[in-house]
Amino acid sequence: MARIVLDRIAHSYGVNAAGVREFALKPLTMTWNKGGAYALLGPSGCGKTTLLNIISGLITPTEGRVRFDDRDVTEVPTEQRNIAQVFQFPVVYDTMTVAQNLAFPLRNRGMSAAGIERRVQDIAKRLELDTCLGRRAQGLTADVKQKVSLGRGLVRPDVAAILFDEPLTVIDPQLKWMLRSQLKHLHRQFDFTMIYVTHDQTEALTFADQVVVMHEGDVVQAGTPEQLFHRPVHTFVGHFIGSPGMNIVPAAVAGDRAIVNGLEIGLGRAYPTLPAAARIELGVRPEAVAFSADGRGHPVTLERLDDLGRYRIARVSLAGCTLNVLVPEEAEADLSGGEPRIVFDPDRVNVYADGHLVEGEAR
Amino acid sequence: MEKRENQKAWLMILPVVVVVAFSAIIPLMTVVNYSVQDIFGPNDRVFVGADWFLAVLNDRRLHEALLRQFLFSALVLVIEVPLGVLIALAMPRKGIAVSFSLVLLALPLLIPWNVIGTIWIIFTRPDIGLLGHTINSLGISFDHTASPFDAWITLMLMEVWHWTPLVVLLAYAGLKAIPDAYYQAARIDGASAWDVFRYIQLPKMRGVLTIAILLRFMDSFLIYAEPFVLTGGGPGNSTTFLSIYLVKLAVGQFDLGHAAAFSIIYFLIVLLFSWIFYQALNTIGTGDRR
Repeated sequence: MARIVLDRIAHSYGVNAAGVREFALKPLTMTWNKGGAYALLGPSGCGKTTLLNIISGLITPTEGRVRFDDRDVTEVPTEQRNIAQVFQFPVVYDTMTVAQNLAFPLRNRGMSAAGIERRVQDIAKRLELDTCLGRRAQGLTADVKQKVSLGRGLVRPDVAAILFDEPLTVIDPQLKWMLRSQLKHLHRQFDFTMIYVTHDQTEALTFADQVVVMHEGDVVQAGTPEQLFHRPVHTFVGHFIGSPGMNIVPAAVAGDRAIVNGLEIGLGRAYPTLPAAARIELGVRPEAVAFSADGRGHPVTLERLDDLGRYRIARVSLAGCTLNVLVPEEAEADLSGGEPRIVFDPDRVNVYADGHLVEGEAR
Repeated sequence: MEKRENQKAWLMILPVVVVVAFSAIIPLMTVVNYSVQDIFGPNDRVFVGADWFLAVLNDRRLHEALLRQFLFSALVLVIEVPLGVLIALAMPRKGIAVSFSLVLLALPLLIPWNVIGTIWIIFTRPDIGLLGHTINSLGISFDHTASPFDAWITLMLMEVWHWTPLVVLLAYAGLKAIPDAYYQAARIDGASAWDVFRYIQLPKMRGVLTIAILLRFMDSFLIYAEPFVLTGGGPGNSTTFLSIYLVKLAVGQFDLGHAAAFSIIYFLIVLLFSWIFYQALNTIGTGDRR
């Protein structure tokens, strides 16, 4: 298997109280390439896990087809798909040893004892589990258990894709970093397709080549972390990604000028044709706003200043709109006394009509 | 912060001490007191030392009752626990059928114990009982008042009918508590239905099954009301269990000292076996040695 293709997949768990069929996953078409690292990102209940379970075959989609390369696997049961899955909390067989846990999927597939032994030793070494192979799985710590459940996937020579359903949720923060880098390393070593569900954007952004942002059963945007950060196609993505998220400010836009409560802001692109009657908003990352040192820019009142260690977040009021501004460490002096003013980086101000990004024209 | 002894804290546990004293320790001590005396009347008693305990240890009828008791409890555990687990596995997992089968199962548990005995007396009577009459009509002679074997069969049927639902309820609760991810992982690993039972369901039910086995052992070892109503310990002494014999001694023959010594040994046996079961069930399959 090389490629996973989802062809107009949709899923519904049933009808709601009003008798209308409710879709946990709205129709979507998507291709996952061999060896890619994908992240499915979204708030709880957005349909991420449903999508994952459709790929692994735990759920048969209400509509659409799933294809692995050219083979239609929509009706193929889980155990016959070459896919493994790691769950939110570690699933291990308590009464078995670590070695027996790792051997279990191979034994069920009828591999020879010698072959099993070789695979188990190999995988255990790569996962750094070789020192605890003889121990019962029950007494292990959560992070080791999670490695064991990952190992049960890796050990199968047929596995071409491993699905992760928020696998680091129950792991201690310090160990999260370690496991995450180990996982990246393994991914490079083994060249399996990795689909990683998370609601933690840091995890998604550091981990994946392609991030798929979902919201209420819809895929809102799929792109590189770079694209999601700088050109979110929807205000939801802008708001959801980044900490704090993108500032969304209602505005009126004419050409390459935006008016926010009477204040004029220059834009990097021109918008001659905006849909009439649409709700127009500006989306500006806190990183794209700065306090001016030379008295240019728009006057604001400082409401709050939060020190986050490596930088500070200033909450300011600009003509009645609240904005977050990222203040780099070295910019300390700019806020002491006087009336602070802010300037926007015009190239990083996005325009949204009814929540959707408007591309605009280069000037 | 400085640590300091606060003796007043002992007052906090006083209520518990009082309750436990009145509910357990004082009654137990009175039994210990009786067990070392021969009591003829309220003001007429003689200290006899360990005589009663020696009498109990040499009481042949008591030994027979003890063996019967072990046989009964062993049969109860061997039949009810596997049967309860099987029924729990076969129970529906969602929908209206769940409530329906739970209520149906719980019914025998809600019936007073002596009523249970009465129900089964009538049910198995050869002349008018539905079961007894049917079996006898088939040409098989069946009468629990005449044949010890028939009495045991009736008793076991009654016991299994009465108490297996408890094991089912516990096992079902244990099964329901297993997260879906375990079953999903097992499917991905290609596990068979037997593997799922052996490596997921059974280990995850360990806690509830420990409770089920302990409860069923203790209850069956202490059983009184149902066999007393059903057979009265007969025919002969064939269903005279420890409690029935104990009541005969204490109430029937007013042998208070003998009965008291017997009670203490009875209590110690139950305690010992419960402890053994508990230890065994806690270590089995974990690879720990304690």
